[in-house]
Amino acid sequence: MHKIKQIFIYILLSIFTVISIFPFIWMIISATNKSIDVTKGRLLPGTHLVENIQNLLSTVDLVPALINSATISIATTILSLIIASLAGYGFEIYRSKAKDVVFNILLLSMMIPFAALMIPLFRMFGTISQIAPGIGIDTLTSAMLPSITTAFLIFFFRQNTKMFPRELLEAGRIDGLTELGVFFRIYVPTMKTTYAAAAIITFMASWNNYLWPLVVLQSPENHTIPLLISNLGSSNSPDFGIIMTSIVIATLPTALIFFLLQRHFVAGMMGSVK
Amino acid sequence: MIPATTKQNIQPKPRKYNNKFRLKNGLIGWAFISIATVMICLFYFYPMVQALILSFQSGAGTNLQFVGLDNYLRLFTDPAFIAALKNTVIYLIIQVPVMIIFALFISVLLNNKKLKLKGFFRTAIFLPCITSLVAYSVVFKYLFATDGIINKMLINVSLISEPIQWLTDPFWAKVTIIIAITWRWTGYNMIFYLSALQNVDHSIYEAAKIDGANAFQQFFKITIPMLKPIILFTSITSTIGTLQLFDEVMNITKGGPGNATITISQYIYNLSFKYTPDFGYAATVSYAIVIMIVVFSIIQFKVAGDKNA
Repeated sequence: MHKIKQIFIYILLSIFTVISIFPFIWMIISATNKSIDVTKGRLLPGTHLVENIQNLLSTVDLVPALINSATISIATTILSLIIASLAGYGFEIYRSKAKDVVFNILLLSMMIPFAALMIPLFRMFGTISQIAPGIGIDTLTSAMLPSITTAFLIFFFRQNTKMFPRELLEAGRIDGLTELGVFFRIYVPTMKTTYAAAAIITFMASWNNYLWPLVVLQSPENHTIPLLISNLGSSNSPDFGIIMTSIVIATLPTALIFFLLQRHFVAGMMGSVK
Repeated sequence: MIPATTKQNIQPKPRKYNNKFRLKNGLIGWAFISIATVMICLFYFYPMVQALILSFQSGAGTNLQFVGLDNYLRLFTDPAFIAALKNTVIYLIIQVPVMIIFALFISVLLNNKKLKLKGFFRTAIFLPCITSLVAYSVVFKYLFATDGIINKMLINVSLISEPIQWLTDPFWAKVTIIIAITWRWTGYNMIFYLSALQNVDHSIYEAAKIDGANAFQQFFKITIPMLKPIILFTSITSTIGTLQLFDEVMNITKGGPGNATITISQYIYNLSFKYTPDFGYAATVSYAIVIMIVVFSIIQFKVAGDKNA
């Protein structure tokens, strides 16, 4: 009876696993096949990967899009981490009633749907364009500015700061460090794991961001990877080999982060609800 | 006398130091949170106020005029908005519960102490979460094409005799969207439940077993109540996510056929950037989502009941 139950559990889990993994396998296999074979439903690896990559490079601006995505994601991640950790630390270490009120108001921003912000932001950057075209519409800066600070990340750092040993803080002050010195010399190195998790969350979100870049990045040379894939996917005569190759390439960075830093990855998600 | 004077002389000093320290400390605290607060006000709250003002205006492009409540009244007679609202609610009331049930079910299966290959199953089922929304949507669009691999496989195993119009039939298109979102997010929710389950004391289950509770009773009487806070958390985040649904629909069906799969976010996008831009009315529609998010969050808190959630 117990044996049967165990086997049943394995069968169920295997079914879920197959469903979860199948689209990945199909995507990778299709990247190695000719478009016509993909249409025929071929489920065996082919030999056209190199050819698909060459076609991809010659038909779309893959490399500029990769560079744009990387620039936006890395810059967003660095700035996000600095701003959110300063705030999370400030809210927890210098806690006061007034600051708690501000914190709760900031948290409300998590409820605001991006679709509601999109139009005013678009108009705002339109105005900025007239004053400072360098950060106005259709620049990489405009694509990242609105997503640099999120209440979620501030919340995340505050939650994790609760576990930061205060004695270290006092020790730093006694050693004559300034408050900012304590933050950078003691807090930041101690909280490496938190920063790693936050970096992963932010990088992934930024790398995959679609709606705002779609609105604000109009010229093709500023396009990011999600925009490029979306355009390829909506073409009238899709070349499946090329499309799947581009998707595999776009998924590689996030997959690498996931497999190399799996512990931080999951810790990051969990930390947010402790 | 002498000691008293000394005391008086000493006392004010630390107090002064304290006050100064506290004031300085307070200011430093505000300095730490200042950048983030300014950024959130600039990129969230200020636009929200702008959107509210816009929602009372109408006109093409930058040529806007105040129209009072006209935009809000227009919502009730706008067939495209009603379609978008209907679709969004359908996604919400079907997809979120289905996903949460699957995620709970899988996490209970995985929380088995004797299970081998646990790490493998967990990683595999979580894997969809590493894909970008656009990338997986495009993959699903082709998987579910009329001549796509899903139809071919279903025909091969004789489940269906002719291909299902996954993307072009109004009913099946919604099903495809729901399948896609469920595929992407079940593993994500499962991880939350799994970690919560690992904190549940195993002896509770042992005690229940001794009392003769079967697996179903254990699930409904112990697991669900223990996980209530986390279920509430995931259902609120899923609700907010679903109400903002855009990437998937845009890349799988483009909202079609007709407006059969269009969501509110996509309708706002269309109103602002696809049709002749009517930013005022689009802002009104966006406030509809805001109101829905607030209402649904309140309902979920009420349904979840007691305060310890």
